[in-house]
Amino acid sequence: MIEFKMPSLGADMEDGTLVEWRKKPGDQVKRGDILADVDTQKGLIEIEVFDEGVIDTLLLEEGVKVPVGTIMAIIRPLGEVTEEKDIPSAISSEEPEKSEEVPAKTSEEKEERRVKITPLAKRIALENNLDYSVINGTGPEGAIVKKDVEKALAEAVGPSKEMGGFTEKADEAIVEVKKEHKTPPIKAIRTAVAAAMSKSNREIPHYYLEKKIDMTRALEWLTETNSGLPVQKRILPAALFIKSVASSLVDVPELNAEWEDELVIKNEINIGFVVSLRSGGIVVPSLKNADLKSVGEIMEWLNDIIPRSRSFNLRSSELSGSTVTITNLGEGGADKVFGIVYPPQVAIIGLGSVAEEPFAKKGMVGIHPMLYVTLSGDHRATDGLVGSRFLAAMDKHLQNPQAL
Amino acid sequence: MQEEEIKSIVLHSLKQIAPDTKPEQLGWEENMREALNIDSFDALQFIVALSEKLDIDIPEKDYGHTATMKSLMAYLKKKKQV
Repeated sequence: MIEFKMPSLGADMEDGTLVEWRKKPGDQVKRGDILADVDTQKGLIEIEVFDEGVIDTLLLEEGVKVPVGTIMAIIRPLGEVTEEKDIPSAISSEEPEKSEEVPAKTSEEKEERRVKITPLAKRIALENNLDYSVINGTGPEGAIVKKDVEKALAEAVGPSKEMGGFTEKADEAIVEVKKEHKTPPIKAIRTAVAAAMSKSNREIPHYYLEKKIDMTRALEWLTETNSGLPVQKRILPAALFIKSVASSLVDVPELNAEWEDELVIKNEINIGFVVSLRSGGIVVPSLKNADLKSVGEIMEWLNDIIPRSRSFNLRSSELSGSTVTITNLGEGGADKVFGIVYPPQVAIIGLGSVAEEPFAKKGMVGIHPMLYVTLSGDHRATDGLVGSRFLAAMDKHLQNPQAL
Repeated sequence: MQEEEIKSIVLHSLKQIAPDTKPEQLGWEENMREALNIDSFDALQFIVALSEKLDIDIPEKDYGHTATMKSLMAYLKKKKQV
């Protein structure tokens, strides 16, 4: 039997509230299936299963808040022999899948018919005056789940494709749909960030390094690459930075690691990329196996993940598993940023804004676009020399962007 | 396409990427990215939206024209031959 626990979606998450089960006992699940919606300080997150098997028991009632690590469900691995009679007993004793049968009236029909809908989905539909009786459910036994209602709402509004067809009403409608993703209050995000950063600053003895990198070649390469691309596929410097960090971590794996009373180097390079929210606070989605992705693929990831991060529409796997973090200030702001390591990671890389500066090269002073890259490292895990090797590797890769 | 229609598309696109702002109150020569706190990712989304809604190509070398409402409107009017 596999115990499915409330996952930790970052060092700043202490607990989560089960909002809705998406599976019921007896359902077969595979890796990546959504098991439940959980409300966290980072918003409503879809929690995924990492194993293959059959749901045996759901242990939590919807609406219950539990600490990280609490067992939420029992999953029977495929192939494990269980006597048939065990299964119904598990279902009958728990039956936590609460999709209820409710009478729903369509506008035309006089006759009532039964519609299966989960409480969350029903609430969202009612809040938006949506007639949910006409929605096709994709949940267990055809029950209408949150996603179905959201889809129906999105379709009902529909982005106006006609030019000039923007009215005040359309504006309002777009805002309505955005409300569907439960936005955590700014205060909750601030509290979460405060807790994680205080813990880091208290426990991790940081060392800080910085390196100036000439971006002439990298920017020339980007301009040349983008000139042949349609606007939707154009690459931002951030994608190139992420790729160069990933390649540098291949060269210096000691920084792609966790500190667990000793340095544990990770096999996968999963980069946490800090996304700032307009309302304040940050969300840090994780790019898995960044070293194996092309710069174009990383840009596609950014195009997908940044808007979803800002609307709190992420899955659990997209928020967890980072082995290192990048904080990228972008253009026009501060020259450099020194981050605070996000435990149990051992390094955070800070990218400042690219700005023109006088720079001496081969005995000649010229004006070059310069980037300040910083590294904050956990001194328990590595020493400055390792960090220095990493920054030198970043420089090497950014001087040779076509090879990235 | 009329100038007013282009302006309405510009303002709507800005509102979509920066919903907490009031783009209609932007000064004609104000730096839009600074005034509306738009980062480089959102700036690219804005250009994608304008390209799609106005059916024009905005090459990277022309991004400088998108700095203020004044320069952007002049650029878009020229592109749409208004």
